[in-house]
Amino acid sequence: MRWAAAMRGRSSAARRKVKAARLYSYPHIANLKAIKRVRKCTVLARSGHRGVSGGLGSVIRIVLQRLGFGLLTLLIVSMVIFGAVNLLPGDFAQAVLGQSATPEAVAAIRTQLGLDQPLPIRYVAWLRDAARGDLGVSFAQANFASFTGRVDPSATVLAQIAPRFANTMFLAGVTAVIAVPLAVGLGILAALWRDTAFDKGANIATLSSISSPEFFLAYILILLLAVVNPVLPSLSNIFPGMSFGERLERTLLPALTLTLVVTAHMMRMTRAAILNLMAQPYIEMARLKGMRPFRVIWRHALPNALAPIVNVVALNLAYLVTGVVVVEVVFVYPGIGQLFVDSVKLRDIPVVQACCLIFAAAYILLNLTADILSIVSNPRLRHPK
Amino acid sequence: MSVWLWIVAVLAALLGLGWAGRALGRLSGRRRFRDMSLAEAFGWALALAALLGAAWLWTRPGAVYFRWALIGFAISAVAAFVFRLLGRHLGPERLRKQFRKMPLTAAFGILVIIIYAVVAIFAGWIAPHGQEAVLGAANVVPGGDPAMGGDPAFPLGTDRIGRDILSRLIYGAQNTVGLAFATTLLAFFLGGTLGLLAAVVGGWLDQLLSRGVDVLMAIPSLIFALLLLTIASVWAEGARGWLTFYMVVIIAVIDSTRVFRLARSVGIGIVVMDYVEAAKLRGEGMGHLVFREILPNAMAPLLAEFGLRFCFVFLTIASLSFLGVGIQPPLADWGTMVRDLAQFINFAAFAPMVALAPLLPALAIALLTVGVNFVVDWMLHRASGLKS
Repeated sequence: MRWAAAMRGRSSAARRKVKAARLYSYPHIANLKAIKRVRKCTVLARSGHRGVSGGLGSVIRIVLQRLGFGLLTLLIVSMVIFGAVNLLPGDFAQAVLGQSATPEAVAAIRTQLGLDQPLPIRYVAWLRDAARGDLGVSFAQANFASFTGRVDPSATVLAQIAPRFANTMFLAGVTAVIAVPLAVGLGILAALWRDTAFDKGANIATLSSISSPEFFLAYILILLLAVVNPVLPSLSNIFPGMSFGERLERTLLPALTLTLVVTAHMMRMTRAAILNLMAQPYIEMARLKGMRPFRVIWRHALPNALAPIVNVVALNLAYLVTGVVVVEVVFVYPGIGQLFVDSVKLRDIPVVQACCLIFAAAYILLNLTADILSIVSNPRLRHPK
Repeated sequence: MSVWLWIVAVLAALLGLGWAGRALGRLSGRRRFRDMSLAEAFGWALALAALLGAAWLWTRPGAVYFRWALIGFAISAVAAFVFRLLGRHLGPERLRKQFRKMPLTAAFGILVIIIYAVVAIFAGWIAPHGQEAVLGAANVVPGGDPAMGGDPAFPLGTDRIGRDILSRLIYGAQNTVGLAFATTLLAFFLGGTLGLLAAVVGGWLDQLLSRGVDVLMAIPSLIFALLLLTIASVWAEGARGWLTFYMVVIIAVIDSTRVFRLARSVGIGIVVMDYVEAAKLRGEGMGHLVFREILPNAMAPLLAEFGLRFCFVFLTIASLSFLGVGIQPPLADWGTMVRDLAQFINFAAFAPMVALAPLLPALAIALLTVGVNFVVDWMLHRASGLKS
C-alpha cells in the first residue's frame, strides 16, 4: 500500500520507471502481481472487456507464435537438407551403383527412386511421405534388391531407423536420469560454496570435462571400468528381447560418458543461474533478517531459479543430440547416431537425410521447449512492452 | 542390493564423522566451528574420506593410471608455476605486469599453447621419422622395453602398419592444430566481415543474413557437417586431399554463423557511437567504417570468441576424423590415430603402457582445448572486470 502512496504523486513516465525497477529487482513479487493480473484479465475477458494488455491471452499467443516459428524453422531446415543433397553434381544412381554399372541398371534405379522428376516435385513428395512416416528406401538396400530382384520390406529407411531410435532414446533417457539431479545438485552446492576449494576444484574439473573430446572420456572409462577393472561391458550390443536389467547394464558405460559431458555443462549453467539470483536484493534481505543459508536457497532462490534451471536442462538435452553420435560409435551402440555415421561413409543418401531430419527435429524441439519455458516462467517476457 | 546398503552406511558414517568433528571443534570454542552448518561439516568429512581414499589408492599396485594422472597433474602445476615465476622476472615490464596477477590455470594455458605452437612449427625437425614412413616392425609396444615387446628406437611404439607413433603424434600437432587454426581464421573472416557489414548496413541485408544464419544454426553443427561431408565425398570422388579441403570450408561456413551472431551484436552496439557517426558524416567508405572504426573497438570480445571458436572447431575436426570422415589418412592426425589405435586398449590389463597409444593423441587434443579455455576464461574475467 505504501507503494501506491509513493506512486500517486509521480508522472506516468516516472511511475513506469519505478514499476520496471520493481519488476526487475523483485521477480517473486512481480510473479504474484502477474498472477493477480492474469486472474483479473480472465475475469475481464469473460465479461466481454477487451484492451487490457498482457495476461493469459498474450502468453498463449506468444507460445503459439513460437510454435509456429519452430514449425517454420523445421520446414526450412528440411528444405536445406533436401536441397543440399540434391544439388549434387552427377547422379545418385550412378553414385550408388558405381562406375561399372550398365546404363540400363542406372536408368532402372533412377525411375525406381523417382530421380527423373523435377526438384520441387520431388521435395513435396519427399516431405509428404516423410510426414506419413515413409522415409524412402535405403540405397544400400535398394542396391542389394536390384541384384536379388525383390525389395525386402525391411529395406525401408523407417524399418532401419525405428528400433535404433528407441535405443537412442533409451540411452538419452538413462543419461538424463543420472545427469540432471547430479548436475543441479552439484551446481547448487557450487553456488552455495562459491570461491571455496570445492567451487574452484569443480570449475577446473568441469572445464576439463567440457574441453575433452567425447571419445577421450569414453576410452578412459573403458580403460578403467571395462579393461583394468572388468565391471561393465565395453561393447554395448543390445538386441530385442533383452531383459531390462541387462539392457541397462550394457547402456551404462555410454550413458556415463555422456553424463560426464552433459553434467559439466549443466552444472556450470546452474551455478551461474543461481549466482545471478543470489545477487538480487530480496536474497540479501532474507539473509540480513537472519535466515539460514539453506532456507534462503530453498524458499527464495530455488523457486525463482527453477525457470532458468529447466531452461538449462532443455538446452543440454539438445546438446546431447550431437554428443550421442560419437559415443554410440565408440561403444558400437546400435542407435541412430551409429547408423548415421555408417550411412555417411556408405553415402546412403535417404538414410542420411532421414537421420539428419530426426536430429534437427529433436534439436529444434528441445530448443523450442527451452524458449517457451523461459517465456512462461518470466513475467517480463510474458508482458512485452 | 547390498551395494546400496553399503553406500547408505558409508554416507551415514561420514555424516556422523562430520558431526563429531564439529562437536570436537566446538570444545575449542572457535567461531569457525560454532557457525559451521552440518552440511559443511559433512562436506569436510567427505573431503577427508576422498583424500584418504586417494592415499590408499596410491599404494595399490593395480592403480598405475591413477598414479600417472596424479604425477601428470603435479608436473603440469609445477611447470605452470615455474613458467609464471619466469614471466614475472624476465622480459619487458609490460609483460611482467601481465604475469603478476595471472592465475595458475591461465599460466598453464599459455605454456601449453606455446609448446604446441613450437612443436607444430618445427615438427619436421623434431620428429625422428616421417609421418608416412612405414618402418620395419608393426605393433611395437610403447615404453621401449624389449622384455615387454618394445623397442628403444620407438619410445611410443608403432602402429598396425609400422609407422612411428611418436613422429605421427608430433606431425599431428602440425596437421590437426594447423587445419583447425586455418578453419577458425576462415570462419572469422567470413562471419566477422558479414556480421559487421550487417550491423553497419542494416535493413534488408541484415534481415536476410540474420534469418539465413538462424536457419543454419537450427541444425546441430556436427550433424550438418556430416551431411555436407557426405555430399563432399561424392564430389571429391576419392581424392583425399580435396576431401580435407572441403571439410575445412564446410566447418568454417558452419562455424561462421556463430561468429556472425557475435560480430553483429557487438557491431550494433558500436555503430550508434558518436565517432562512427562522425566518420559517416566525413564521407568515409564502407571499408573504412568496418575495418578502421568498428573492428578495432570490437577486438576484445572477438578475440575471446576466437579462442572459444578455435576449441569448438578443433573438437569438431577431431570428432569428424575420429568418425573417419575428417582429415584423410596419409596425413597424421590425432582423431584418426585414436580410432586406429583404439584396439590397443583391450590389452591394457597385461601391459599398462599399451593403453597410452590411443590415449596420448586424445590427451593431446584435450590438453590444448583445456589450455585455450583456461586462457579465454582469464581474458573474459579480466575484460569484464569481475571481482567475484
